[in-house]
Amino acid sequence: MMLDDTDRLLINRLQEDLPLSNRPFADVGRELGLTESAVIERIEAMKASGAITRFGPFFDVAAMGGAFCLCAIAVPADRFEEVMIEVNDFPEVAHNYERDHTLNMWFVLATETPEGIAETAERIEEKTGLQVLCFPKLQEFFIGFRVKA
Amino acid sequence: MSVETKISDREIIAALQGGLPIVAAPYAEVADKLGMSEVDLVARIAAMKDSGAIRRIAAAPNHYKLGMVANGMTVWDVDDTQVANLGTQIGALPFVTHCYERPRARDNDWPYNLFAMVHGGTPAEVEAKRSEIAAILGDACQGHDILYSKRILKKTGLRLRKRG
Repeated sequence: MMLDDTDRLLINRLQEDLPLSNRPFADVGRELGLTESAVIERIEAMKASGAITRFGPFFDVAAMGGAFCLCAIAVPADRFEEVMIEVNDFPEVAHNYERDHTLNMWFVLATETPEGIAETAERIEEKTGLQVLCFPKLQEFFIGFRVKA
Repeated sequence: MSVETKISDREIIAALQGGLPIVAAPYAEVADKLGMSEVDLVARIAAMKDSGAIRRIAAAPNHYKLGMVANGMTVWDVDDTQVANLGTQIGALPFVTHCYERPRARDNDWPYNLFAMVHGGTPAEVEAKRSEIAAILGDACQGHDILYSKRILKKTGLRLRKRG
């Protein structure tokens, strides 16, 4: 699906906070000069096409007493698909990317307690038989995430 | 105790972690499923935003589908005494979406302590941005690399483990 200019306008707006109102999509539509139903239809279409992977609250598990951690595994090429299934099967794995390096699998663990990170990493090591390297953040310099469409 | 306070934050998170329904009155729909009023649910979400538990209610775009086909995790071995100052400068660059100091893993041939995620329309664009970062880091950087993403293997956001 090709995104048109209105989709791009909408996706940029939707990366910012949605109002906590009774009719939030009507409010967003009013800001952008769109009807409520046009906003809803376009979001649905962008979700269906994959342009938007998810729409909803962004939780910060650290603020809820939990933790995030970036982890990596050097997966042998001939085991990649099998290990991917094993790793993705853990609900603590929030996202997972294949990257072009010896350390070729990079994923983020999100756990409800700080101890959960090491425990989950250990369980992934047991499951896969591979070493999990943990790269917890020591300092955060920017938390933008937004990409201009 | 009112009916509303019997509903835990955990239940609210569980109801929202898959995403918000894309309907005219989404909070009302979720509140209905939880058996609480829309006003109370909105108040609880507002409190979770105040505490930082919810950062915002927003869309997670797929960078690839937006034409950001090249996404490079740039990694840098930066002098520990300068990493705070230089990290702040790198994090402020408009094309850097995440920037963190992380521990090195020297035993695993990983000397890098500064991570900066760079997105671009083409690999050449990402390389140009990487050069810009290298110029800022200058002699404080002993080595660097870039890890291009080849595939999204999973992207779900938070999932609570089911409790028995």
